[in-house]
Amino acid sequence: MAKAKVLGMMGDFAVAEAAKLCNPDVIAAYPITPQTIIVERLAEFVADGELDCDYICVESEHSAMSACFGASAAGARVYTATASQGLALMIEIVYITASARFPVVMTIANRALSGPINIHCDHSDAMLARDSGWIQLFAEDCQEAYDSTIQAFRIAEDKQVSLPVINCLDGFVLSHSIEPVEILEPTEEETLDGFLPIRDPLYKLDVDAPIAQGLLALPEFYMEIKRGQQEAHLRSLDVIKEVIQDFGDRWGRYWPVVEPYQMDDAEVAVVTIGSSTGTGRAAVDELRAEGKKVGLVKLRCFRPFPVKDIQAALKNAGAVGVCDRAVSFGSTGPAYADTAGAMVGRSGPLIKNFIIGLGGKDITIDTFRAMYDNLYADLAKGEVEEPVEWIGIRGE
Amino acid sequence: MADYPTKLADLPKEERSVSSGHRLCTGCAAGTIARLVGKAVPDKPLMWVNATCCMEVATTIYPFAAWHVPWIHCAFENAAATASGVRSGLDMLMKKGRIPQRDIEVIAIGGDGGTYDIGIQAISGAIERGHDFVYICYDNEAYMNTGIQRSGATMHAAWTTTSPAGEAIPGKQEFKKPLLRIVAAHGLEYCATASCSYPLDFVRKVKRAVDVKGPAFVHIIQPCLRGWRFGTEMSFQVARLAVESRFFPLYEVYWGHKFVLNYPNPILTKVDVEDYLKLQGRLRHLFKPERKQEILDVIQAHVDKEWDKLLELAEFSERSATY
Ligand SMILES: Cc1ncc(C[n+]2csc(CCOP(=O)(O)OP(=O)(O)O)c2C)c(N)n1
Ligand code: SF4
Ligand SMILES: [Mg+2]
Repeated sequence: MAKAKVLGMMGDFAVAEAAKLCNPDVIAAYPITPQTIIVERLAEFVADGELDCDYICVESEHSAMSACFGASAAGARVYTATASQGLALMIEIVYITASARFPVVMTIANRALSGPINIHCDHSDAMLARDSGWIQLFAEDCQEAYDSTIQAFRIAEDKQVSLPVINCLDGFVLSHSIEPVEILEPTEEETLDGFLPIRDPLYKLDVDAPIAQGLLALPEFYMEIKRGQQEAHLRSLDVIKEVIQDFGDRWGRYWPVVEPYQMDDAEVAVVTIGSSTGTGRAAVDELRAEGKKVGLVKLRCFRPFPVKDIQAALKNAGAVGVCDRAVSFGSTGPAYADTAGAMVGRSGPLIKNFIIGLGGKDITIDTFRAMYDNLYADLAKGEVEEPVEWIGIRGE
Repeated sequence: MADYPTKLADLPKEERSVSSGHRLCTGCAAGTIARLVGKAVPDKPLMWVNATCCMEVATTIYPFAAWHVPWIHCAFENAAATASGVRSGLDMLMKKGRIPQRDIEVIAIGGDGGTYDIGIQAISGAIERGHDFVYICYDNEAYMNTGIQRSGATMHAAWTTTSPAGEAIPGKQEFKKPLLRIVAAHGLEYCATASCSYPLDFVRKVKRAVDVKGPAFVHIIQPCLRGWRFGTEMSFQVARLAVESRFFPLYEVYWGHKFVLNYPNPILTKVDVEDYLKLQGRLRHLFKPERKQEILDVIQAHVDKEWDKLLELAEFSERSATY
C-alpha cells in the first residue's frame, strides 16, 4: 500500500500535485483566477522535467478544450483547469467532448460568472456545465480536491464510463487557502500502485484501424445517441462508488457521493455543496449543543445526480433547505430543483431553497443559523411559505 | 528534395482520403480537393481533422462515413486547436511507447468561414505554437453549408444571402481578406495557394506542406456551383479562370517572406477578370439588367493592385539574397 505524508498547501497546489501524480500525457490550459496557480504549477513541473507531458499553451479556453478533445481522441490522458469566463468561453466544446465520450479531467476553481465581473466564489460557472454531460464532483476541502483529482482520472477512463469529469473546488476559499493535505507516495508511480491503470481507450484515432468520429446525426439517430449518452452517464454512478471504495480501502479516506451528517434524528436539515459544508458542520455542532436536532447532507457528486442516495439521506427529516451558490434566473437554484425532483411522489420532508454566497458573499455559521431558524419556522407551520429565499442580502 | 509527380498518371490510383458515396453536390470541387490531398501523400498515414462545413456534413451522415483515414470532427472554429491536441496526443503516446512509432501527418481542414472568420484565432494560435500539422482552407467564398452567407473571403460585389444584390447595396461591399499574407506573417516555413485545376502544382504543394516539420498551410480556391451559381460541369473551368485572371494567383511563401509566384505566368497575356466573373450567377447583377461598369472597374483595379503587390513581393524575394 502507498505511504502518505502530510503537507500544508493551497487547494490549487494540491490539485496540481494530484494531477502531476496521475501522469497526464497532455495538458492544454489557459490562465484564469482563481485557477491559474494550478496551471502555473503544472507548467513548472513540466519545465523542471518532473512531469513528462506535452503542455499546450493555447491561446484561449475554447482552444484548450478543443485540444483536450483532440488529444483524448488520440488516446492520451488529458487534463485542464479553468473557471468562470474561461468555462463560459469553452462551453461549446465542453458539451461536444462529453457527447464524444472522451475522458478529460478538468478542475474548476469555482468563480462567479460575469457580470458584474467578480473573481470570487460561487457555483454559477459549474452550473453552466450542469447539462453538458460531464460528471461533476465538488470538494469540501483541499484534501478532497486532491483526492478527487486522482479519482477523476480513474472514473473518466473507466471503459464503462468513458466520460469527462469536472472537479470543482471553491475559488479562494479552497483554491487559495492553505490546509494540511495528505500526499500519496505510491511505490509504483506509473499506475499509482494499480489504482490508476494506463489509459486504454474505448476507441481512438488509429491509422491502422480508421474510424470516423464526430459525425452529423439527423433526427433518425440523434435521440438514440443522446439516450445512449444518458445511460452511460447514469451507469457511471456505480463506477464512481466503486472508485470511492477502492480509494478509501487503499488510503483510508472515503468521500461518499452523498454524505449525511447528524441526520439520524434531524428535524431540519440543509443540503450543501462544496466548502460551505465545513461551516455547516460547525453550525450543526453548535446548534446540537444548544439542543436543536439539526442535520446536514453534503452533496459531493452533482452529476450524475445520486437520486437514491439523496432520497435515503433526506427521507426522515421534517424540513430540508437546499443551499445553492447559483441561481437559474426566473426559477430556482439548480441543486434545489434536482433535490425536489428526487423527492417528488414520496412522503418526505418539506423542501425549500436557499440562495447563498453568490460572488463570494461570506457563508458563516450565522448564515446556517438563519437557514435552520427559517426551516424550523416552516416546520412549525407545516408548509413552505416562500420556496426560494436569498440569505444575507443587505437590508433584508 | 522530395520527388513530386510530373504527370497525373503518377498519382496513386487508390483513394486515400474521401471515397465515393459522399453527399457533396454533384460536380463539387471540395471532393476533388479532399481526394487530391490524399493522393498527394501516398507514403504517409493521415489523420484528418475536419471543421464543420460542407465537406464535413456531406461526408459523415451517421451511420455512414466516407473516409479511408482516421477522421474527426469537433466544431466549426476549432479544427486547428483540435489538430494541436491530436498531434500532441500522438506524439506523447509515441514518446512513451504506448503506440507504435509512425510518421503520421495530421491534416486540419476548414472552409473559408472556419478559416478566415470564426477560426482564425485558433489557426493563428496553432501556427504560433509550432505544431507539426498542415492546415488546409478550401475557400468557396461563403458559408455554403448554411446556405450561402457572406464570409471574409467573399469577393467584392458578390451576391450572398447576407450580402444580397439590392438596389441600394449591390452585393458585398468589402474586399476579400488577404488570408495567405496574414498566415505568412506568422513566419511559418511554408504556405501556399492552390487550385484543383492545376493538380500537379496542388499535389506538389500539399506534399511540400506535409514535409514541413511544423505548421504549414495551403489555401485552395473551390468554386461552389450552388453558391456561385454555375453548372455542375463548370467547377474546374471556373477554378482555372480564377487563376488565369489573376484573381487567385498561385504562389508560395517560404518562412513568411520568400514569395514565389507559380501561376499564371506574368508574361502571358492578361485575362480580364470579367471573363472569370461572367461565368458566375452570383455576379449576374454586374451584367444584367444593365452592365455595372464602375463595379467591374473596381474589381479589376483591385485584382491588378493585389497582383502588382504579389509581383513586387516575388521580385523582392528573388533580389534579396540568401534563401
Ligand atoms: C459556432 C458556430 N456558429 C455557427 C455555426 C453554423 N455553421 C456551420 S458551418 C457554417 C459555415 C461554414 O462555412 P465555411 O467554413 O465557409 O464552409 P463551407 O460550408 O462553405 O464549405 C456555419 C455558419 C456553427 N456550426 N457553429
Ligand atoms: S454547396 Fe457548394 S461547396 Fe457545398 S457541396 Fe455543394 S457545391 Fe460543394
Ligand atoms: Mg465556405
